[in-house]
Amino acid sequence: MIATQVLNRIPLDEYVPLLGEPEVEELRALAKPLRGKRVQMVNSTAVGGGVAEILNRLIPLAEELELDIHWDVMKGGMDFFEVTKAFHNALHGGTYASNAEDFAIFREYNVRNYELVRRDAEFTIIHDPQPAALIEARREKAGHWIWRCHIDLSRPNSAVWGFLEPYVAQYDGAIFSSPEFSRQLAVPQYLFYPSIDPLSEKNRDLDQGFIGSVLKRFSIDPQRPILTQISRFDRLKDPVGVIRAYRIVKRYFDCQLVLAGGGASDDPEGAIVLDEVKKEADADPDIHVLELPTWAPLEVNALQRASTVVIQKSLREGFGLTVAEALWKRKPVVASAVGGIPTQVIHKHTGLLAHSVEGTAYQIRFLLSHPEIAQKLGEQGHKHVKENFLITQNLKNYLVLMLSLSRGN
Amino acid sequence: MTSTVQAERTPFSFFTVAYLTRIGNQSAGTLTEFLKGLEECSDASIFHHTFQTLESHHFLTEGFSNDFAQWVLASANRDELAEQLAALDIRDYLSIAELRSDLRRVVSGYCTQYPNYARQEALERFYFCEGVEVTESLGRTACTLREFREGIERLSHASFYFHFISSRLRLHLRTNDFSIWLSNSLGLETLANHVNRIDVYTNTLDSARSSLVRLIELEEKKG
Repeated sequence: MIATQVLNRIPLDEYVPLLGEPEVEELRALAKPLRGKRVQMVNSTAVGGGVAEILNRLIPLAEELELDIHWDVMKGGMDFFEVTKAFHNALHGGTYASNAEDFAIFREYNVRNYELVRRDAEFTIIHDPQPAALIEARREKAGHWIWRCHIDLSRPNSAVWGFLEPYVAQYDGAIFSSPEFSRQLAVPQYLFYPSIDPLSEKNRDLDQGFIGSVLKRFSIDPQRPILTQISRFDRLKDPVGVIRAYRIVKRYFDCQLVLAGGGASDDPEGAIVLDEVKKEADADPDIHVLELPTWAPLEVNALQRASTVVIQKSLREGFGLTVAEALWKRKPVVASAVGGIPTQVIHKHTGLLAHSVEGTAYQIRFLLSHPEIAQKLGEQGHKHVKENFLITQNLKNYLVLMLSLSRGN
Repeated sequence: MTSTVQAERTPFSFFTVAYLTRIGNQSAGTLTEFLKGLEECSDASIFHHTFQTLESHHFLTEGFSNDFAQWVLASANRDELAEQLAALDIRDYLSIAELRSDLRRVVSGYCTQYPNYARQEALERFYFCEGVEVTESLGRTACTLREFREGIERLSHASFYFHFISSRLRLHLRTNDFSIWLSNSLGLETLANHVNRIDVYTNTLDSARSSLVRLIELEEKKG
């Protein structure tokens, strides 16, 4: 396991102009009884993907509140990540041929990481399935162990879930991003929405000059409507479906499509899907397929801010933080009603939901025809994110969970 | 929970509240299942989907009242029932049992009147959740009207919600912490009544707080 160094520290006081002094004071009040408590967070990747992104922001804020918090990354080889990627897809309902060797590899890498579990931690939070078996390194019910599941477990492959469930059952509780993702478990299940950091490079305000330069760099015309989906090149994000929806919209509006994303370090399938997308785009000059290195946060930020409509047409979704990012930037969003998306996009209040390629196209056409409605949805979406999906709210949830557990609730 | 407003003429103590949302094992895909859920879910679940929603979605002042009404509208697609559920004003209830009883009555009446709709599958299921409450003192008190106003101006949304909205259930009274203190400790009965009339459904928490501060400022000018 590798102890992770947080790259970018932003003091809590810098959130005051966005949130207000009372909200920050409240965090300090909730953290006061937890000062000095040792907390360990464990996941499987230090960069790429939403979990690492959240932890990168959460850890320094918790440190500032004087929690003795540590983030450790599990060490695994290519064989381990191939297995966990297959597990990830299977847990999302994808096909999976049950294979005893996969389970053995999973167990072996977890055992190799046992010795690095901090046994003096009062709270141990294990993120996602990859390190779930580390619970077996726990000594005699010591401390509070919580499994934080960031993925949708509503229709898991039975072999994979059957393998993981005995590990999950040993925790003191499990956290899910949506009630729909949870399973019937004997342990208490909590709801934590994932979050974005409004001061990160991906979300902070940008000047128009920089946004213009990014559009120019990628040959995107700022004068015509821009439809954007930001996501990994992953079949579950349905980039091909987005292109098909764009083609319907294109009959009515002279618009452009931007499909931008990168591959997480634990996502070996990205290159294959990227080829499929380029094939579907068929060299249309108004479709911009952008492979961004490690997410290029400032570029993603600029592309979202330049967009007329942001799309998230996922077939399955953990939570879909890109939706919250777009809403924070006051953008109208058209998204699939899957996973955690309906929690962010309250239909007709903070965005529009769709259930198909045709529905996605129709909602985009509606927004392009009614910019005043698009603007109102964007404004309400911004407020929704401010209240519920910022990193400070996520931090507050962890503080409340720890307070609740330490008080025996 | 005990009241944060203690005996008469005592200082007002500012608290904050935070809720951990616990996912229950009940869900509903039809109105019939929804009715069953309303009958069987915990009091904490009814509280979560009505009172707590008012805090987490306070910025939506048009057509959004509580989680139950929103699900019936957006997922079950039954506008008339959604309106009836949205029209239930949590300020009218002194206990969760009364609120649950009215929710059941409204949904049950609709299911009896429209049995076909009662069996229809909704687009998304409704998941019954509940809140685990944690309160913390902010370490601040007020003894005078000015200190009270300054304290209110510095409150977070959660803290304002705790004293102004969820206090009704805690106190089992059709009032709130602020009005009780104004009335009992400062003897400002009229101001207390005006404060209690601020509409939490057509206001955001910020605009409700602004109305409250304006009322106090007017009282200060009188004094």
